[in-house]
Amino acid sequence: MTTRAEPIGGPLDTPLTRMLAGLFGLAMLAIAWRLIAGLGATTALNDGYPLGLWIAFDVVTGTALACGGYAIALLVYILNKGRYHPLVRPAMLTSALGYSLAGVGVLLDVGRWWLIWKVPVYFWHWNFNSALLEIALCIMSYVVVLWIELSPALLETFVDSTILPLRRVARRLPPVIERASPFIIALGLLLPTMHQSSLGTLMLLAGSRLHPLWRTPLLPLLFLITCLSMGFAVVVFESAFSSVAFKRRPETQMLARLATAIVPLQLAVVVLRLADLWWRGSLEPLLAGDARSALALVEFALFLAPIAMLWPAAGRRDLGRLVGAAIVMMFAGALYRFDTYLVAFTPGEHWSYFPSMAEMTITVGLVASEVLAYIVIVKRFPILSGRSGSPMAEREKPAAES
Amino acid sequence: MPSSRREFVRLCTLAAASIGLGPLAAQRFVEAAGKGLRPSVIWLQFQECTGCTESLLRTAHPAVDDLIFDLISLDYHETLFAAAGHQAEAALKQAMRTNAGKYVCVVEGAIPTKENGIYCMIGGRTALDIVQEVGGQAGAVIALGSCASWGGIPSADPNPTGAVGAHDVLKGKTVVNIPGCPANPYNFLGTVLQYATYGTLPALDAEGRPKFAYGQTIHEHCPRRAHFDAGRFAEKYGDEGHRSGYCLYKLGCKGPVTYANCSVQHFGDVDGAWPIGLGHPCFGCTEQKIAFRVPLHTTVEIRRPVPPDTYAPIHAPQGGVSPVATAVGGAIVGALAGAGFVASRKLSADVPPQDGSGGPPVSPPPEV
Amino acid sequence: MALSRRAALKGLAAAGMAVAGVRPAQAVTLPVRQTDALGLLYDATLCIGCKTCMVACNEANSLPADTSGSPAKLYHKPIDLSEKAKTVIKLYAQDGEQAFVKAQCLHCVDPACTSACMLGALKKREFGIVTYDPDLCVGCRYCEVACPFNVPKFEWSSAAPKIVKCELCRERLAAGKEPACTEVCPRHAVIFGKRTDLLDEAHRRLHDTPDRYVPKVYGETDAGGTQVLYLSHVPFEKVGFPALGDEPAPSLARSIQHGIYRGFIAPLALYAALGAVIYRNRRADDNPR
Repeated sequence: MTTRAEPIGGPLDTPLTRMLAGLFGLAMLAIAWRLIAGLGATTALNDGYPLGLWIAFDVVTGTALACGGYAIALLVYILNKGRYHPLVRPAMLTSALGYSLAGVGVLLDVGRWWLIWKVPVYFWHWNFNSALLEIALCIMSYVVVLWIELSPALLETFVDSTILPLRRVARRLPPVIERASPFIIALGLLLPTMHQSSLGTLMLLAGSRLHPLWRTPLLPLLFLITCLSMGFAVVVFESAFSSVAFKRRPETQMLARLATAIVPLQLAVVVLRLADLWWRGSLEPLLAGDARSALALVEFALFLAPIAMLWPAAGRRDLGRLVGAAIVMMFAGALYRFDTYLVAFTPGEHWSYFPSMAEMTITVGLVASEVLAYIVIVKRFPILSGRSGSPMAEREKPAAES
Repeated sequence: MPSSRREFVRLCTLAAASIGLGPLAAQRFVEAAGKGLRPSVIWLQFQECTGCTESLLRTAHPAVDDLIFDLISLDYHETLFAAAGHQAEAALKQAMRTNAGKYVCVVEGAIPTKENGIYCMIGGRTALDIVQEVGGQAGAVIALGSCASWGGIPSADPNPTGAVGAHDVLKGKTVVNIPGCPANPYNFLGTVLQYATYGTLPALDAEGRPKFAYGQTIHEHCPRRAHFDAGRFAEKYGDEGHRSGYCLYKLGCKGPVTYANCSVQHFGDVDGAWPIGLGHPCFGCTEQKIAFRVPLHTTVEIRRPVPPDTYAPIHAPQGGVSPVATAVGGAIVGALAGAGFVASRKLSADVPPQDGSGGPPVSPPPEV
Repeated sequence: MALSRRAALKGLAAAGMAVAGVRPAQAVTLPVRQTDALGLLYDATLCIGCKTCMVACNEANSLPADTSGSPAKLYHKPIDLSEKAKTVIKLYAQDGEQAFVKAQCLHCVDPACTSACMLGALKKREFGIVTYDPDLCVGCRYCEVACPFNVPKFEWSSAAPKIVKCELCRERLAAGKEPACTEVCPRHAVIFGKRTDLLDEAHRRLHDTPDRYVPKVYGETDAGGTQVLYLSHVPFEKVGFPALGDEPAPSLARSIQHGIYRGFIAPLALYAALGAVIYRNRRADDNPR
């Protein structure tokens, strides 16, 4: 029996939150520098590698890691697995924060950011051939949809607020959203399907400048599958982290089922990629022995490792093993996307790129702000549900409930 | 002095050729001289070193004697005159009366303007007065040398006499400036002979300088330009580069910003007799903003840089990988992976498996 | 409040039609080879590497000198196309072979960059010139990823950066002049004209003096054809022109995008299906059996 979602309370000022805030503060300084001095002065980007860490990680990998909401919504609303319902709110929160931060990443990466409003507004200029346009529009819409989906949870806190307008909105808006939820949720499933696959199509435009180990018409499909597996993995990770960190009982069995469900997805990616490489006659580069082939092999290993980790039943019962497998799955998907965007992109051997300190500082700081926001919101808003009490306290009580 | 008509014609041809006016001009010289129409030239000298006159004395085609006896009528020149004092003054007045509105007034030297111009007085009159009177009635005014063109050395900081060029005190009058320190005499000769032959002045640039001589910078016609383009410079006087005749840009050559034709028309009728040819950087003597203002060995900005004779490769290495950033990036990824591994292990140890089997008692996790 | 299933589906369909109506018809037509397409023909056998074209280009485009290749920062000496160099003469010299090559935008007939550009800042406008409108550019640099020739360059040094590349001197063309580079070239190594005429001329040269050239006009069909054509006496790969085949660069990505999104049918159908399933599940939850 699960309780309804509640703010878990607790102090907002802890060593962890302070550290996260500090990292975010550093990032703000770097952001100011980037806005004033321009991209050339702050990043290591160049004309050979015009897309770098911020796109490859913050946007492409970050949005995939923020696909927890997408994955859970698929499970709960389409496959109708209501038992995963408690995971919906935290997944939505992670998604909303993750996609918002991806949006910030994009805003920092584009050179003429003050014109970005034209992308959704100037519809008569839309170039429908551009995968990036579709990605941009979908992400912009999806961020809005995510926050709308999350708003009932956030507004619950203000139902008895003393501020009249806030109370009014908190009482009137959620039912409206509830009634419109099929439309909204369907949109929240359609949009990520569209743009996550298009993130794969995007790199196909590089044509022969994309390394054969990653260049395949299956890229959209592979990106979609990996975003789903990463989404589920994030949900497992974040749920386990929340339960332990906030002293709640972990839903190990539920998470085990989730984790094992991801295994076919991982397998599918490996099989599809290998079959595609064989079909196109590109298996040799895999054994070329250079840095790129090594990374590709590491990718395959990371995709397959969780299968080994979750194969024995003991592995599925052990929260640590589950979380470990989830982390490996996240790394696998992240490495695959990172490689597709940065490693597989070959403008010529005379070009080189590695993110600058400012780029890394901003990335780390933005992720830190996301984690910080998660902690703060979860403590003050009704996001997490589930049984309270630490796993240690549980051990003293006999397992009475199931 | 030519002894025959043939010699005279030859002289005119030489004169025309030396200033690029062509054979037809020679014909016109002959005709004009034949009609006795040598233009009157009144030469004023003020705050100057007489270097420009001296420079003129060292021409060969035409030589100055041919010039003043056959091509022009030099009616007043304080240095070259045998006369002095009241006789000279009388000659000046006579020339002005006879040729009013038609004579060429040549100004050599700057004109002081402070305290009503008392710092240069000739025959009890200030230079300012003289130039305004003589120049005012002239058919054409030629300011010879940097001093007459814009003030020259007397106008160097702090310019205690308020020295200025002739055009500053002859407002409303077209003054042909022929700057240089000294001015190249052939630039002067070309201008005078054109006026003598055709009655016109050459095309002038924004600073009143004849374009045929001051239309391009030294840099654009420099014989050492190939060295500049290839990056071969003299770094110090007397070093290997200097002795090999390399470009003097790094020694402060003002060639890139100095409009003059010294590189193609040398001095003293001696080939190679010009500053750069002798191994000293140009100091920009024609330019008011450069000469006597910018130190000799200060390098100048290059305008309109053009490519040297080396090329970009087909694939030029670009971008860069910072070792520090690589190390930090690697550390971050490693830390994340390590933290994930440790967390997973700790969870395994701390959190009892779901089958109800107990584990050793452990301390609660830190507050998050 | 129970919503009838029919009403729900109707509502979804209506919403879909409204969305589809706003968007213009999405016909998949490749850019038509404009018969008045203008271009350049560069003959590497005629080029003497004087680089006057580079100087004239910078002057005509009011670009400052690119001193990246000059240690003393004295010269316009770009090492590659850059934000200050819209054309560069590069030298290939190896094993006794030597060739100059004029690097610049090839003004493809079916460009990858215009296919990539979200709002059409890069677009083929008059005479097939691939032009750039900074007012529609957000600086995403997707065009740089797309171009197979690595042409568009970004103003990294600016806080308000634009994309920089050759636009065939369109202002000069509008004033009835020819591009700056072709006007100043002392050997007529690069010439300007209609693409059809330039192709004829290139083939005439190949036919009249076959020993002088590699028997190919680069850009005739490469990457779907380009409006800036090249003749060379050394193999084109050596002077930096990749062997690209005749497929236009954006064709694969475009066919996938269009295949999935043609007429927006698939997304709308998916949306309808998802909405229907969610609604049905919700109804089942509300009315448990």
